[in-house]
Amino acid sequence: MAGLELLSDQGYRLDGRKATEVRKVQARMGVFAQADGSAYLEQGNTKALAVVYGPHEMRGSRSRTLHDRAVINCQYSMATFSTAERKRRPHGDRKSTEMSLHLKQTFEAAVMTQLYPRSQIDIYVKILQSDGGNYSVCVNAATLAVIDAGIPMRDYVCACTVGFVDETPLADLCYAEESGGVSSLALALLPRGGQIALLQMDARLHQDHLEALIEAAMIACKGVSKVLDEVVRQHLQEVSMLTAE
Amino acid sequence: MRLDGRQTYDYRTIKVTFGTDYGCCFVDLGKTRVMAQVSCEIVAPKESRPNEGIVFFNIELSPMASPTFEQGRQSELSVKLNRQLERCLRNSKCIDTESLCVVSGEKVWQIRVDVHVLNHDGNLMDASSIAAITALCHFRRPDVSTQGDEITVYSPEERDPIPLSVYHMPICVSFSFFQQGTYLLVDPCEREERVMDGLLMIAMNKHREICSIQSSGGIMLLKEQVMRCSKIASVKVSEITELVGKALENDRKARKAGEKCGFAESLPQERITALKTDKTPVEAMDVTEKVDDIIQKAEVPPLSVPSPSLPVPGVGQVGQNTWGLDEEEEEEEEGEEDRDSSGEEEEKGTKTQKEKDKGSQTADLIIIDEVVELSDSEEEEVVILHPDT
Repeated sequence: MAGLELLSDQGYRLDGRKATEVRKVQARMGVFAQADGSAYLEQGNTKALAVVYGPHEMRGSRSRTLHDRAVINCQYSMATFSTAERKRRPHGDRKSTEMSLHLKQTFEAAVMTQLYPRSQIDIYVKILQSDGGNYSVCVNAATLAVIDAGIPMRDYVCACTVGFVDETPLADLCYAEESGGVSSLALALLPRGGQIALLQMDARLHQDHLEALIEAAMIACKGVSKVLDEVVRQHLQEVSMLTAE
Repeated sequence: MRLDGRQTYDYRTIKVTFGTDYGCCFVDLGKTRVMAQVSCEIVAPKESRPNEGIVFFNIELSPMASPTFEQGRQSELSVKLNRQLERCLRNSKCIDTESLCVVSGEKVWQIRVDVHVLNHDGNLMDASSIAAITALCHFRRPDVSTQGDEITVYSPEERDPIPLSVYHMPICVSFSFFQQGTYLLVDPCEREERVMDGLLMIAMNKHREICSIQSSGGIMLLKEQVMRCSKIASVKVSEITELVGKALENDRKARKAGEKCGFAESLPQERITALKTDKTPVEAMDVTEKVDDIIQKAEVPPLSVPSPSLPVPGVGQVGQNTWGLDEEEEEEEEGEEDRDSSGEEEEKGTKTQKEKDKGSQTADLIIIDEVVELSDSEEEEVVILHPDT
């Protein structure tokens, strides 16, 4: 993409952000009454809905019951209207299955599954509008939904994508930046302990830059976790005010 | 110290062999065996990229590789491997797709890489990535020329096929974590994979560029662990790239020299059925006289009974052997063998030996009259061993 300058000389990106700025995060919890936990999260133009059912008895294949832990079942799907071109296959294709596996892996590490043996927790995430950073937005939305459902977790799980342009790490890539062939790294972090739940990177990056990139991703994730914490406290206040009346 | 004696950072022995066609490659990683085949076809390009060729990857987990693989069902492991291979090779742009364009917007080459897992002994990802990239480097596509609207595809006999332009060779290195990240092993074998907590896969090329990182399994990593793994990976990748380069070079030389190359040639002759024994020189002069001599001088063989009941308590007696038939049989057989053609395989040899056994025994019966006549059964004689005779 020759015409687009991903990082200008003054240090501004395509949408006017600086290199380390994350997009604006807006979230609401308890969006659906039917589900045990639900959340809606917007990060810039990327919008995701997450819904959690559980913990409940194993449905479907009883043989997959684990005697000491809960099984986490994730499904990731994109709405057909979420991308610029209409998506023909929202589930079942390889990318969606891979994303679902990654989400499952991330939450298995964070949720305290030992407290619910022989049960199942379902997490469904749907992308309503895709503008880059799909995985990170899903993880953030799902974290809020799990908290809304009252399932104990070790820590917030925050995720962020970082890219590397002109020797500078750019935090929270949008779609134009992602498709411009930038090497992007997606990181899911538990901020308090600095533990990485998932690390994923595509495209070429020289080994020497890896440390800087991971460091930038961790800082961005910590920023996101502050916002999520704020949202949770706000929601709790609202709910307690309503129920106190 | 691991189950098979390796150290924590050791890889199993890697062997790369090529098939007769261009683009066919076998990789052995210890006992894990994987085959990759590259093929090409002219198709219409994608609308979003009209002047680039298409590269398609597919990993087949055949049920012959492991009892856990089912035919037809796309299991989680299959999706995971496929996606990782795609991301490692396609997103890193290791192949120049623009050179695959024939007519922009209408016809491009579609390169298809099929990886078949033949034996699963752990670490399929590494083996598949090595096989795929080696096969791509080995492949030659047919030459094409355009004259106005006409496109001519030349067969390999008309014009030499052209290799693909591969920018760099990304190779995956897998690290397995045990006990919440306390232990780290490189290149897990199948048993280690079953009990591991999680896996970290780093794909790099020899220029120390990371092409892909993927952590899987429910483990928590620390930044230091990731950095350490990437350093180990760079060392391993440079070793493996060198090995692959050498294998490609050897194959190229072999083909140029016109030697026979291919899967059948490279299969090692390990099994006894494939082993040929040399002729043992035996004196074949005056065999019949010698045999008669020995038989006449031999002792009377002990009583033979058709029913195989052995009332002897002790087995494996020491001392004078009472198997009177032994020496004569051996001599007879050696003589016979030598007279037959020397190219006889051992299997056939054992069959004929058995026949000779019977033959020599019946010969004994005829010659020595003191032996009690056996029944007419075709069974071999059974000899009772008495410990004190």
